[in-house]
Amino acid sequence: MSIYSEPTLDPNDVPRAKKGEPARWFDHKRNVNKIVYGVYGFSAFLLLIDPLIHKHGPFAIEHWIGFYGIYGFVGCVFLVLAAKELRKVVMRPEDYYDR
Amino acid sequence: MIGDHLIEISPGLVIILGALLVPLLRSQMRRIWMLALPVIVFFYVLTLDHGQHGVITVFDLELTTLRVDRLSLIFGYIFTIALWLGVIYQLHVKGWLEQVAGLVYAGSAIGAVFAGDLVTLFLFWEGTAIASVFLIWARGTEHALSAGMRYLVVQVGSGVLLLAGTMIHYGQTGSIAFESFDIETTAGLLIFISFGIKAAFPFLHNWLQDAYPEATVTGTVMLSAFTTKLAIYSLARGFAGTEILVPIGATMTAFPIFYAVIENDLRRVLSYSLNNQLGFMVVGIGIGTELSISGAAAHAFCHILYKALLFMSMGAVLHRVGTVKGSELGGLYKTMPWTTAFCIVGAASISAFPLFSGFISKALIISAAMKEGYFWTWMVLLFASAGVFHHSGIKIPFFAFFAHDSGMRPKEAPLNMLIAMGITAALCILIGIFPGPLYAILPYDVTYHAYTVEHVVTQLQLLVFSALAFTVLMRTGLYPPELHSTNLDFDWFWRRGGRAVIRQAQAIWVGAYRGFVAGSWRRVGVLIEGLYENYGPDGPLSRTRPSGAMALWVSVLLTGFLIFSYI
Repeated sequence: MSIYSEPTLDPNDVPRAKKGEPARWFDHKRNVNKIVYGVYGFSAFLLLIDPLIHKHGPFAIEHWIGFYGIYGFVGCVFLVLAAKELRKVVMRPEDYYDR
Repeated sequence: MIGDHLIEISPGLVIILGALLVPLLRSQMRRIWMLALPVIVFFYVLTLDHGQHGVITVFDLELTTLRVDRLSLIFGYIFTIALWLGVIYQLHVKGWLEQVAGLVYAGSAIGAVFAGDLVTLFLFWEGTAIASVFLIWARGTEHALSAGMRYLVVQVGSGVLLLAGTMIHYGQTGSIAFESFDIETTAGLLIFISFGIKAAFPFLHNWLQDAYPEATVTGTVMLSAFTTKLAIYSLARGFAGTEILVPIGATMTAFPIFYAVIENDLRRVLSYSLNNQLGFMVVGIGIGTELSISGAAAHAFCHILYKALLFMSMGAVLHRVGTVKGSELGGLYKTMPWTTAFCIVGAASISAFPLFSGFISKALIISAAMKEGYFWTWMVLLFASAGVFHHSGIKIPFFAFFAHDSGMRPKEAPLNMLIAMGITAALCILIGIFPGPLYAILPYDVTYHAYTVEHVVTQLQLLVFSALAFTVLMRTGLYPPELHSTNLDFDWFWRRGGRAVIRQAQAIWVGAYRGFVAGSWRRVGVLIEGLYENYGPDGPLSRTRPSGAMALWVSVLLTGFLIFSYI
């Protein structure tokens, strides 16, 4: 018995989808759309109830209507777009350090 | 209770000694022993009384091997729990190298947490470094070998700084007690940097993202729990309220998530988000109030569980598919539904969704930052919270289990992995719904109500709008695709820059060496020529004379001696 763990599997040996496999719930575009519209709807709901929430924090900006939602949205868009720019600077081929 | 006992042995040492039995036991017995050991030690930790125990004297130094208080206990509990979960996850592994390494590693971390002095801390500190590298090397690939070597150099380096700091501290104060230090002294600074390396401070962080994704399937789960959280514990013990930790921590929360967005290897994405989560804890320690330090400890507790869960789910994918590259995966939910579900629980916990563990622990730190008026820190923490949902909460499950169908239909994870993930997921949810017991074991008494309407709604707003951003970016095609790539990080400076420096140094040294050797040869040549002149076949000292001449000269000497003795 080896003292090492088993070698990692080769991805090519993983079983593949068989032909005529029944479609699953997520395979239908309309179901994915349902989730997307659900996210839109829930976002709108959270924004609408925002004025009803009494906030206790010390920072003025927190009391702006919809601050958390807008900040989360803008923050994430910035994050992704900035990361895309970062790729231009830092991205190298996968075997960069092996050469 | 323990005070009455004769043995006051560190729980960490119990595990290390127990680990030594592992190679001697055969399959089923070995499994039972490995499962029992963390349970035994967990109950042993439960019986420990507060105070300083296990004092031994070595060379005039008084070592406190077992310091028990609320801060060391909470880390003691979670470390033993994490070890137990790690062992369950590891049960299918047959080779003993990983099993022993995992136990010794966890034992060292637990020993370090209960260390009452810097020398004991140092010994266990290096123990974690040396044991854990085998979890990386056990992968057996060339990448793992070199990443492990880099990891070891950094980890041992951290220990060397700790030792240097300890010696200076001892020289100046005559004490080796592990209490709080002043960062403005040389000793304090050295110890601070030593802790900072293990806590993956900005620019000292790359060993983490370099090594963790290269470790074995089960090794990464173990690694994610101990090293960095030991550093968090040590910072909380030694540098609570050190102001500089606030900006350091804030940078840690924000800086790695940009890399997490573009990284393809999903275990490396998790390593970046691990770094981001450490940032929250470091901020908590830096703020230094009772609420914020308790928050850091609570967050470490929850984080160990959900981060292990995420690494377990990606480990299961790696085990069954052979890769965790986002670009290769997708659609795995069809044949790995349980792993998918557990991964989503981990993702919801790290994202701090209400009813999941991250929600009740991160809140303590963020509200402490608010209370103390750290406006910009608070803004960064909010941004990082949204970002962590984006890259860990959505990206990890989405690209692995959903996204485009890769056509791969791997088997569901082995049973032991599913059990480990199931228990961890259950803990994440239980802590999220009933935070009371966790709040009760924090270093300080805190009264905090996580489930106020204000907190739940504002947190949901932050998260749901992050999900909205992801959806919009995906639908508009602005989201960057997963690409095969290496993203340069600060480690470039030693992996490439360092290599260039070494090449340059090598050139200089080789030149100098060659010059030296050539010069030496010249000098040796002169010497040999001189010797040859005198001692060579034609030299005056090697002329052959007949032995008769010798006999004649001896008789002349003897005659002279005879004559002189009669005078």
